[in-house]
Amino acid sequence: MVTELAKTENNYQAAFRVARESNSTVPWLELVRSSAMDRFEQLGFPTVHGEEWKYTNLAPVAKESFAPAIRPSASAIDASQFVYPETAGAHLVVVNGFLSEQLSDKSNLENVVAIDLLSAVADARYNKIARAYLARNAGYHDNGLAALNTAFLQSGLFLWIPKNVRVEAPIQVTFLTDASEPYVASFPRLLVVAEENSSATLIETFVSTSDQQYFTNSVAEIVLREGARLEHYRMQRESNEAFHTSITSAELGRSSSYDTTSINLGGRLSRHDISVVLDHEGAECWVDGLYLVGTDQHTDTHSVIDHQQPHCNSHQLYKGILDGNGRAVFNGKIYVREGAQKTDAMQTNKNLLLSPQARVDTKPQLEIYADDVKCAHGAAVGQIDQEELFYLETRGINPELGRSLLTYGFAEEVIGKIKIDSIRAQLDEIVLRQLNTNLE
Amino acid sequence: MLEIRNLHAAIDGNEILKGINLTVKKGEIHAIMGPNGSGKSTLAKVLAGHPQYEVTAGEVIYEGRNLLEMPPDERAREGVFMAFQYPIEVPGVSNAQFLRLAYNEKRKHLSEDELDPLEFKDLLKERAKVVEMDASFMTRSVNEGFSGGEKKRNEILQMAVLEPKLAILDETDSGLDIDALRVVAGGVNKLLTPDNAIIVVTHYQRLLNYIVPDFVHVLSNGRIAREGGKELALELEARGYDWLKTSTQSGTESLNAAN
Repeated sequence: MVTELAKTENNYQAAFRVARESNSTVPWLELVRSSAMDRFEQLGFPTVHGEEWKYTNLAPVAKESFAPAIRPSASAIDASQFVYPETAGAHLVVVNGFLSEQLSDKSNLENVVAIDLLSAVADARYNKIARAYLARNAGYHDNGLAALNTAFLQSGLFLWIPKNVRVEAPIQVTFLTDASEPYVASFPRLLVVAEENSSATLIETFVSTSDQQYFTNSVAEIVLREGARLEHYRMQRESNEAFHTSITSAELGRSSSYDTTSINLGGRLSRHDISVVLDHEGAECWVDGLYLVGTDQHTDTHSVIDHQQPHCNSHQLYKGILDGNGRAVFNGKIYVREGAQKTDAMQTNKNLLLSPQARVDTKPQLEIYADDVKCAHGAAVGQIDQEELFYLETRGINPELGRSLLTYGFAEEVIGKIKIDSIRAQLDEIVLRQLNTNLE
Repeated sequence: MLEIRNLHAAIDGNEILKGINLTVKKGEIHAIMGPNGSGKSTLAKVLAGHPQYEVTAGEVIYEGRNLLEMPPDERAREGVFMAFQYPIEVPGVSNAQFLRLAYNEKRKHLSEDELDPLEFKDLLKERAKVVEMDASFMTRSVNEGFSGGEKKRNEILQMAVLEPKLAILDETDSGLDIDALRVVAGGVNKLLTPDNAIIVVTHYQRLLNYIVPDFVHVLSNGRIAREGGKELALELEARGYDWLKTSTQSGTESLNAAN
C-alpha cells in the first residue's frame, strides 16, 4: 500500500518535471508550483484516517496510474453541445485543464477579461491581481488536492470583471475532459476576481467526451470586492466512471453578494469542498446544492461558511436524492468568529432515500464565538412520504409515477431557484429521466 | 353504483367500522353524519383505499366490481374521488402539472388521447371557474402555502377536472368560512349530474343547507344508527348527537319513518 502510493506520487513527480519545462511561467509562480509539488509529496492524497475524509475513500485514485494531461493539440472536439444558449458569445472551454481559444467564443465578452491564467500572470496589466489572489483562498499547505492542482497549474482561466461593470449575459466555463486516452488526470484552475460594484453570472460545467475512467482535480478561487455580486452555478456532470475532486473558495468583500448553486450528478466518486469566507461587513451568501446519485456512485460535499465580521448573512440549502446503493456525504460547518455580531446563518441539508441500500452521512456543525447572532441548522434523511403518495394515488396516479413526481418535487426546491431557463429545463429532464418519467 | 355490505374495517388492530350497509345510486347525494370518532372519515378513507386501514369483513361493490380489490389509483381512474379533509401539500409540483398528469392518467386508462399542456390549460381555465379559482393557483405548488379554504377549493377543482362518478367529500366544510363554504358547495352542485353520485361526510348540518342530500345516514360507534331524509340532519342539528347515543337501541326507526 505504502509503496504503491509512493510509486504513484513518483509518477506525478515525473509528470511535474515535464509540465514545468513545457509550460514555464513567471518566477513567483514557478516557486509556488514547486513548493506545491513538495507539499503534495509530503501530504499525498487524503486518506480515510483524516476526519474530513472519513467517509470518502480516495485510495482508488491514489492507486490508479492516472497520467497528468499535457496540452492538447488543436482539437476536433465539438463542445457546442455543452453550451447553454444563454451564454452564446460568452463561453470558455477548458480541455483537460488547458484553456482552448479555438473552442471558446468570447465575442460577447468585451467588458471582461477572460484569458489563460498563465498569460495573465505574465501580463503587466493583470499580474498584480493574479499574484494577489492566486493560491490565496485555496491554500495548498494543508491540502494535498489543492497542492497537486497548484503544482500542475499550466493554464486555466483568469476571469476579471472590472469595477462597475455589470455583465448581463451569463458567462459559461466548460471544463471538458477529453478522455480519448484513458486514465487522464486534469487539473483545471479558475480565478475569478469581481471588482467593486461589478456583477456577473458564472456557470461552471464539468463534462467529458466519453465514459472512460479519468480524474479531475479542480480548484476555483473567487474574490468579490466591495459591493460585487456574483451568481455562480456549478454543474458537475462528469462521466459515471470518473473521479472528481473539486475545491471552490470564495472571499466576500464588504456588502458583496455571492449566490451559488452546485449540482452534483456525475462521477463514480465526487467530492466538492466549498468554502466561503465573509471577512467584511454586510456580505451575504447563498450556498445551495443538489446531489443526485444512483448505484455505484458516491458524492461528498464539505462546506465551510466562515463568518469573520459582523452583519453578514449566509443561507444554505443542500438537498440529496439517493437511489440504488448510492452514497452521499454532507458535512457543513458554519463558524461565527469572535466579534462577528449580528450574524444570520442558516443551514439545511435534506436527503431523500429512494432505496433501502442507499446511504447518507450528514453532519451539520455550528461553532459560534459571538453572542448576538441568529443561527440555525438542521439535517433530515427520509423516504417518500406515504400520505403524499396516497394523495397522488387517489387522483389516479400510479405509485411508481407518484414516487417520481414527489422526488421531482423534492429536487425542485433547489432547481426552481436557478435563474437560467436552459439549466433548469436540463435539470428537470435529468431528474425525471433518472426517475424514468416524463412530465411533458 | 355503490353497494357496501356489512363493512368492517380496523386500524392498528382497532375495529372502527363494525358493519356498514349503504347503497348509493346514480344521481343521488348521500350525507354521512355522526359524532367525532363514529367512523365517518374511516369510511371515506376505506372507500378511497387508504393503506393503513384493514378491511376485516364485508364487501364493497362499485359499478359491478369488487372495489376493495382495486388499488387506490385504479379506483380513482375508474371514477372514485375523495376530497381530503386535510389536503396534502406537494412541494415543487405545480397544480397545473399535477392536474394534467392525473387527468391524462385517467384518459390513458379510458383509451382516450392525452391533452398537451396548451390544450389542458384551456380545460383547466374552464374548470377553475367552477370554484372561482384564480389562474395564479395553477402555477403554485399543489396546496403549498394555501389557506384552509384555498385547499378545499383546490380539492373541488380536482373533482371538476377528473369528473368522478362517485365523489366522497370528507369534512369538506371544516375550516371554511361562510363565503368559502358557499363557493365550495356551489362548485359541488355544479358538478352533480344524473350520472354521478356524491357522498358528503360531515359533522355539521351547515354544509347540507347548500348541498342538499337525498339521504342522511348517521354513524355511531362504527355502525349506521339512523337513516332518513334531509330533515334528519336538521333534527341532529337541533338535538345534537347525544340524543343519538341514548336512542341507538331503537335501531332504524327513522329509516322506517322516512320510507
